[in-house]
Amino acid sequence: MAPPAQTNRSPSPSQPSGKSEVTDLKSQLRQLAGSRLPGVDDSKRELFKKVISYMTIGIDVSSVFGEMVMCSATSDIVLKKMCYLYVGNYAKVNPDLALLTINFLQRDCKDEDPMIRGLALRSLSSLNVANLVEYLVGPLNAGLKDSNSYVRIVAVIGVLKLYHISVTTCIDADFPAVLKHLLLTDKDAQVVANCLLALQEIWNGEASTSEEALKEREALLSKPVIYYLLNRIKEFSEWAQCLVLDLAVKYVPADSSEIFDIMNLLEDRLQHANGAVVLATAKVFLHMTLSMTDVHQQVYERIKAPLLTLVSSGSPEQSYAVLSHLHLLVMRAPYVFSSDYKHFYCQYNEPSYVKKLKLEMLTAVANESSTYEIVTELCEYAANVDIPIARESIRAVGKIALQQYDVNAIVDRLLQFLEMEKDYVTAEALVLVKDLLRKYPQWSHDCIAVVGNISSQNVQEPKAKAALIWMLGEYSQDMSDAPYILESLTENWDEEHSAEVRLHLLTAVMKCFFKRPPETQKALGAALAAGLADFHQDVHDRALFYYRLLQHNVTVAERVVNPPKQAVSVFADTQSSEVKDRIFDEFNSLSVVYQKPSYMFTDKEHRGPFEFSDELGNLAIRTESDVPVHVVEANDKDLLLGTSEKEESRGSGTNGSAYTAPLYDNSLLSTATQVQPELPISNPAAAGLSSQSSLAIDDLLGLGLPASPAPSPAPALPSLKLNAGAVLDPGTFQQKWRQLPICLSEELSVSPQGAAALTTPQALLRHMQGHSIHCIASGGQSPNLKFFFFAQKAEESSIFLIECKINTSSAKTQITIKADDQSMSQAFSTLFQSALSRFGTS
Amino acid sequence: MISQFFVLSQRGDNIVFRDYRGEVPKGSAEIFFRKVKFWKEDGEEEAPPVFNVDGVNYFHVKVVGLLFVATTRVNVSPSLVLELLQRIARVIKDYLGVLNEDSLRKNFVLVYELLDEVIDFGYVQTTSTELLKSYVFNEPLVVDAARLQPLSPAAIFMQGTKRMPGTAVTKSVVANEPGGRKREEIFVDIIEKISVTFSSSGYILTSEIDGTIQMKSYLSGNPEIRLALNEDLSIGRGDYRSSFGSGSVILDDCNFHESVRLDNFDLDRTLTLVPPDGEFPVMNYRMTQEFKPPFRINTLIEEAGALKAEVILKVSAEFPSSITANTIIVQMPLPKYTTRVNFELEPGALGQTTDFKEANRRLEWGLKKIVGGSEHTLRAKLTFSQELHGNITKEAGPVSMTFTIPMYNASRLQVKYLQIAKKSSTYNPYRWVRYVTQANSYVARI
Repeated sequence: MAPPAQTNRSPSPSQPSGKSEVTDLKSQLRQLAGSRLPGVDDSKRELFKKVISYMTIGIDVSSVFGEMVMCSATSDIVLKKMCYLYVGNYAKVNPDLALLTINFLQRDCKDEDPMIRGLALRSLSSLNVANLVEYLVGPLNAGLKDSNSYVRIVAVIGVLKLYHISVTTCIDADFPAVLKHLLLTDKDAQVVANCLLALQEIWNGEASTSEEALKEREALLSKPVIYYLLNRIKEFSEWAQCLVLDLAVKYVPADSSEIFDIMNLLEDRLQHANGAVVLATAKVFLHMTLSMTDVHQQVYERIKAPLLTLVSSGSPEQSYAVLSHLHLLVMRAPYVFSSDYKHFYCQYNEPSYVKKLKLEMLTAVANESSTYEIVTELCEYAANVDIPIARESIRAVGKIALQQYDVNAIVDRLLQFLEMEKDYVTAEALVLVKDLLRKYPQWSHDCIAVVGNISSQNVQEPKAKAALIWMLGEYSQDMSDAPYILESLTENWDEEHSAEVRLHLLTAVMKCFFKRPPETQKALGAALAAGLADFHQDVHDRALFYYRLLQHNVTVAERVVNPPKQAVSVFADTQSSEVKDRIFDEFNSLSVVYQKPSYMFTDKEHRGPFEFSDELGNLAIRTESDVPVHVVEANDKDLLLGTSEKEESRGSGTNGSAYTAPLYDNSLLSTATQVQPELPISNPAAAGLSSQSSLAIDDLLGLGLPASPAPSPAPALPSLKLNAGAVLDPGTFQQKWRQLPICLSEELSVSPQGAAALTTPQALLRHMQGHSIHCIASGGQSPNLKFFFFAQKAEESSIFLIECKINTSSAKTQITIKADDQSMSQAFSTLFQSALSRFGTS
Repeated sequence: MISQFFVLSQRGDNIVFRDYRGEVPKGSAEIFFRKVKFWKEDGEEEAPPVFNVDGVNYFHVKVVGLLFVATTRVNVSPSLVLELLQRIARVIKDYLGVLNEDSLRKNFVLVYELLDEVIDFGYVQTTSTELLKSYVFNEPLVVDAARLQPLSPAAIFMQGTKRMPGTAVTKSVVANEPGGRKREEIFVDIIEKISVTFSSSGYILTSEIDGTIQMKSYLSGNPEIRLALNEDLSIGRGDYRSSFGSGSVILDDCNFHESVRLDNFDLDRTLTLVPPDGEFPVMNYRMTQEFKPPFRINTLIEEAGALKAEVILKVSAEFPSSITANTIIVQMPLPKYTTRVNFELEPGALGQTTDFKEANRRLEWGLKKIVGGSEHTLRAKLTFSQELHGNITKEAGPVSMTFTIPMYNASRLQVKYLQIAKKSSTYNPYRWVRYVTQANSYVARI
C-alpha cells in the first residue's frame, strides 16, 4: 500500500478530503481491535499503513485516534512503531486523547526488551503535551539509568524534549545534573554526544536568565571536559565528531604548545571522507591559530588539499558547500591559492551558482604570473552560450584589469569584446572600459578609438548607455563626432526611459560644450530644455542647476562640472572588513554560503549555540551601513562626482592620507554620540586627541564643531592609572568579554606613520605594553588586523577589555571597550587612544 | 540540527514528511517546491542547494530525480546537513536495493522507521546501515530492478548525471535471496570521473581525475579485508600538474572512510578495513597528473556561402581495441541564427543518432558504442536565417562529450588484490573488482 500517487498535495476535488475513507478505516480498525484471530496483525498492518499514508499526504486522520490506541495492544513491533508515529503526530492537537496512550506507553517503558523500552520512551517524550509531563519524569529517570545504551540515548534526548515542553519540570527534576554526570562517565559515545548537545541547548536557553546556567555553559568549555571529549574523538560517530569539534573551537588554549597538541590530535580528521568533519576540523585549526600569524598561514596550506578533494568528490550539492568555504579562504588569502587557479576554472556542466563562485575566486587569485592565462580562460567563457555567466566573466576580466596586473594585455581583450558584436558583451565591456579609464586615464587614446566606432543605437542597457555617454562627454575632444552623437541622443530624449541615462546625458553635453562650444551649443540648449521639462525630479533639478550655473558664470560652471580629475586608485569594496571578519568567525555555517553574517538572516534565538558575542553583530550593522556602501551607490548613480567624492570619503588609498583627519573627527563624534547620548557633543577629551593639523583643517572646512576645542586638553574625567604588570588568562578574558556589555565603541584613525609602522602585529603589541595595555590575542590578514587587549586599573582589580580592529590601508581603527567599572571607560578610552596615537611616532 | 525532513517527487508530492521540532510552519514543503521550481523566471539558473526564505533555511539534494529536503531556522553547518541528506538517501537505498519514487512509495513505512532512528529531535543519531539493522523491523518490498534499468553489464553505471550515482548492485542489505541463503560476495568498484579541456589547437589545457573506490559488501560475519593498491602510488602535495613523467601514479590528495585503517598504508599501500554493511566509499582521490585522454576530438567549421556553413566533427578513441566505450554523446552549441541542420553520417554507421535541438540551438550526436582505436566522423550542414557577422567560431562551440568506458581507468590506480580474512579453507566468497571511467567535463574548444 503506497501513498496514492496523485499530483495534488492537499485535499481537493479529485481527492475528496478522504472523509469516507477515514470513516471506513475507523470501522475496520474497530473490528480488528478486539480480535485475537491468527493473522490479525497482518490486517492491522495494512490498515495502519493506510492511516499513515493519508497522514503523509496531509489528510487529517486524527479522528481514528481512539481506534489506533485500541489496536496498539500488540506484541508486533512493526505495528507498535507505526502506532507510535501516529500518536506522536496527533497527540499535540488532541491532548485529551493523548492521555489514552500514556498507559500503554508507560507499560512499554518497563518492557523487558530494551528496543521496546527505548521506543516507548521516545514516543512518550514526543507527545509534547504540557499537562502530561508529570508522567514523563519517572520513565526518563529510569531511562537515564537503564543498563542498555539505546534506552539511555533515547532518554537523554527525552530530557531535552521535556525541557522544551516544560522548563521548570526539567530543571526541578535536576535532569541537567544527571546529564552532566553521564557526559563524563557514560561508556557509550552516542550517550555522551547526546548529553553534550542537550546540555548546550539547555544552558543556552537558561543563560539569559540564570547566572548559574552561564557558569555551567562555561564549564563545558573547561579544559578537562574538552580534553576528555577530544581524546575520545574517534569513538564518536562522524556526526558527533562535528559536535565535539564545534565545541573545541570555543575552547581557548592556554599556550601555543596546547594548540599544537590539539592540532596534532586532530590532524587525521582532515582526511575524513565526510566534508562536515573536515570543515569542522579546519575551523578549529583556523581559529586557534588566529594569533600566530605564521602557523595560521601553514594552516591554510594544510587544509587546502583536503578541501579541494572534497570539492571534486561527492555530490554537486556537497561540493558547493565546501566550495563556498574555499571561496571565503581564497578571498582572505588569495596568495595561498595563487598556483591553484586551474582548480577554479569552470566546467561547462556546472550549475551557475558554482560558476559564479569560481569566477570570483579566479579574480582574486590572479597575480603577475597567472593573469594572462586566467584572462585567456575568462575570455572563453565570455563567448559562452550561458549569457549570465558570459557577463560575469567579462566583469571578472574587468576586475582583474583594475587590480593592476598586466593591464596592457587586458585592455586589448576588453577592446576585442567590444568588437564581438554581441549586445550583452558590448554592454558589459563598455561599463568596464569606463571604469578602466577612470583608473588608467593614460589608456584613453586606445580605448576611445574603439569606443568611437560603437553605434549608440546598438547599446540599449541603461548602465552601458550611461557609460558610453560618460565617455563621450569626458573624451569629447578626442572623438570627432562626439557632439553630434550627443545631439542625436538629445533629440531622442523622450524615448529614453532611464533617468540614469538622462542624467548622464545632461552632464556629458555640458562637458562637451566646454570643450567644443560652437558644435555643442545647439545640443546643450536642447538638453537643458528637455531636462527642465523632465518629470523626473533629479533630472529636472540637475538641468536647472546647470542652467543657473551657466547663467552665473561659464568659467565657474566649467570648474564645477568638469574639474581636473584625479585617477581613482582603489574602488570601494562592497563589503566592509567587519562583515567579512564576522563571516570568518562563523566558518562552517550558513553565513559562509550566504556570504552574510548570521544576524542578517536568523532571528536571535536561532543563532546557534555559543555565539561569541552578539554585540559584535550590532556593531557590524553600523559599520556596514557606513560609508562604503553609500559610496558604491552614489558611484553608480553619478559617475561624474564619483571620482573625487569617493577618494575623499574613503580616506584611503595611497594618496588619501590628507583626508583622514577631518573624517576622523566626524565619525568619532558621531559614533561617540551614538553610543553614549549623554556625552556632550564637544567632548574635550575626544577632540583633544586629534592632532593640531587636523584641527586646522576642521576649522577651514567648518566641519561644525560647535565649541572650538581647547588648545590643551583639560581632562575633566577622573584620572586613571593602569597596572603595568596586569595578568589575565585567555579563558577569563573570553568569559568576561561575553558577559560584559559594550561600554564604548568608537572609530578613529591611526596616524599614517602608525599605519606604516604596523607591518607586524608584534610592533603594536610592544608599544601598547609600554602603556600598560596588554595584548591577549591578535590576528587577521594585512591590511585588516584585529587585536584583543586588556588592562587593569592600578591598585584595583577592575579590568578593561578592548577589541581593536585596524585597517592599515585606510588607517582606520575600530575599538570596542568593555569594562568592569563602566564609569571609568571614557577615561580609559582616552588613555587608550592617546597610546595608540603615539604609535609609530615615538 | 534540523527541524523537518521530507522527500518530494519531481511533481512536488510529499512521499515522506517528518517534522522533528515543530519550529517551521507546516506549508514548508510547498514553499520550498515553488521556490525551486521558479528560481529565476527565465528558468536558466537552478536553485542553489541551500537558500533562505523568511528565516527558514532550506537544504536539498537531488537523488534519482527525487528531492531530499531538510529545513531549519538555526545557522547550522551546510556541509553537515547536505552530507546527511545524501547519507539518508544512501541508507534508504541500502535497504530498498533500488532507490526511486516507486520503491520509496512502496516502502514508506520502512523509511519512516529508518528516519526515526537516524534523527531524533533534529539531531543525527546514526547513519550506519549496520547499526540501524538492529532497530529496523519492516521488511523491504523490493521493486523489480530489471524492469527499471537496461540489462547490459555496465548499465548500472549509466545514469546521465554528472556525479557517480550509487553503483554496485541493486539488492537490499536485508532482503534474502530467493533460496534462503545469502550469497557471500563483495563488490569493489573503481570509478573515475575525468575532466579534460582541449584548446582549439588540441592541446590539453586542464585535466583532472576524481576517483572513488566504492565498496559494497554482502559478507557474513564482518571479516577483515585488505585492499592493496599500486605500490608505486604516491600522494604528493604538489601544485597543479607539477609532476609527471615519472611513471608512477601520483595522487594530489585523497581521503578515506571512517572504517579504513592506514597502519600499513605508508609501507605497502594496503588499506585494512572491516566493511560496514551497505554501500560506502572506501577512498576518494584527486589527480591532476598528466594522463592520456581516451578520446580526441577534432572540429572543423567552414563557411560555405553567406547563409551556410559546414561542421565536421571527428572523434577518435585512443584506447586499446579490447575496450569499448558506450553511451557516447557529443554536443555542440551552434550559432544563434541556425535554422536547419542536415546531417551526414559515415557510410555503414550503426547505432548512431543525430539531432538538432532547436530550442537551445544545439547539435547532438549519439553513439551507442565506440571500440578502442576506431574513429568516427559526422558532417553537419548548417543553414542560417541571417548573415553572420564576425567569426563563426565565436558563435559556436565548445564541443562537449559524455561517455562511459567500463574496465578502463585513466589514472592507472589499481586494486592489486583483495584479501578477505579467512574463516575456513572452504570459504571463498565472490570478489568483484570493476573499473569504470566516465566523462565529467570533457570539452574541446574550437
